[in-house]
Formats: sequence, C-alpha cells, structure tokens
Amino acid sequence: MEFQSCVKIINEWDIVAARQLGRNVAKELGFGTVDQARITTAISELARNIYLYAGQGNVYIDKVYDAGKSGLKIVATDEGPGIQDIRKVMEDGYTTSGGLGAGLPGVKRLMDDFDIDSTPGKGTEILATKWIR
Amino acid sequence: MRIPILKLYDCLLVSIQGELDDATALQFQEDLLQKIHETSANGVVIDITSIDFIDSFIAKVLGDVLSMSTLMGAKVVITGIQPAVAITLIELGISLNDVMTALDLEKGLEKLQQELGD
Repeated sequence: MEFQSCVKIINEWDIVAARQLGRNVAKELGFGTVDQARITTAISELARNIYLYAGQGNVYIDKVYDAGKSGLKIVATDEGPGIQDIRKVMEDGYTTSGGLGAGLPGVKRLMDDFDIDSTPGKGTEILATKWIR
Repeated sequence: MRIPILKLYDCLLVSIQGELDDATALQFQEDLLQKIHETSANGVVIDITSIDFIDSFIAKVLGDVLSMSTLMGAKVVITGIQPAVAITLIELGISLNDVMTALDLEKGLEKLQQELGD
C-alpha cells in the first residue's frame, strides 16, 4: 500500500472533507465521472453512518493495485456500539435512525468489493473497493 | 453558505451549486418554505445541474422540501439531474417517486406552467 490518507470523522463537516478527499483521489486515479460519483456517494454514506451511530471514527482512502488493476479502497472504522445483526442491516430499507435506509446495501451496490466486520460493544470496520475497469 | 432563491413571476427559481453540506441543505429547506410563504409562489424550479453526487441525506432533504412545499400548495420541479447522479441514486436504492423532474431549467419552467394551467 503506497498511499494512505485519513479523515477523522467527528462532526458533519468532516463528512464533506472525507468525500472531497475521496473524489480527488478517484480523479487522480483516472476514474470516470460516474465512478467518481459512486465513490463520493459511498464515502458520504459510510462517513455519515460513523457520525450518526458511533459518534466518531476514521475514514481511510487508499490507492490499491492488484494484478495489473488499480482501484480505490475505503476503510471506515469506529469504536461505536457495533452492529447487532449484520444480515439485517444489509437488507434494503432497514434503518434504526429514521433515515432513508439506503445505507449499507446501497454502498455495496455502488462499490465492487464490500466487507463488513463488526463486534457489538467494540466497533465496526467496513472495507469497500472500486476498481478501474 | 446560503442558497439564493429568485422570484420569477409566480415562480421561484433555485440553482444549487457547489458542495452541499448538511447545514446548508437544512437552511435551504427553511429558506425556501419561508420564501414560498412571503411571495405566494405557485411553483418552484430547483436546478441541480452543478450537483455531481447526491447521498441519502441530500436526497432526504430534497424529498422533504418537496413534500413540505406541496403541503403549502406550491408545485416543485427538479431539473438538471446529471447522468452520474441518476445512476448513483438508483444504485443507492433511492427512487425519488412522485417527483416532477425535467431535463433542464427551460423544460422545467414549461412543465411547471403546464401543471399550473398557464
């Protein structure tokens, strides 16, 4: 991993900072406008989840290279309450915040790889990668 | 930052530009409803040509302001949704049903005039 930058999510302004960083890195990597929008939206959703559910956490943006492909990896981590039932939060329309419930299943659709690891009481780590086609 | 709201005959015109943060979006919601009240506008066109992504929060604020405007008796048209925005919104799982949209500002104003029965 030759590049890593991090935005600490504490307030709503940090959500803006995180998605701006993500968009810039996506541009640098040569993603098209639609993929840039997908990445920016995914980061915004993940950063907002941290802000809403955990209070604070970190969003890392990495450039990744694998088998001749390059991509952008988002890692969203927090030490919040964790997710009780991961299967449930991955269902469309499920929400505990009264939001739109687009959250995680939406992010999964926007990105290519998606992985979630959560321990109740300890925190949550979400990895999402988009590859350049 | 505050989003300017312009009056054009019996309609209001809004062009949302640049990075829309949460506070600006919520302020806009209040400002628009206040302006509808002050001007007795019948219709509103919200142009989002310069918006290059919409997340679920901004979608919710936009959806809410539409419902609120409808409650007050004003019709709202959203114009200028970019291809990338349309694609990401649907993939994200948000379908702004029951929302009047048009390709650009011109078509939006035409649609509004039709809806308002000239």
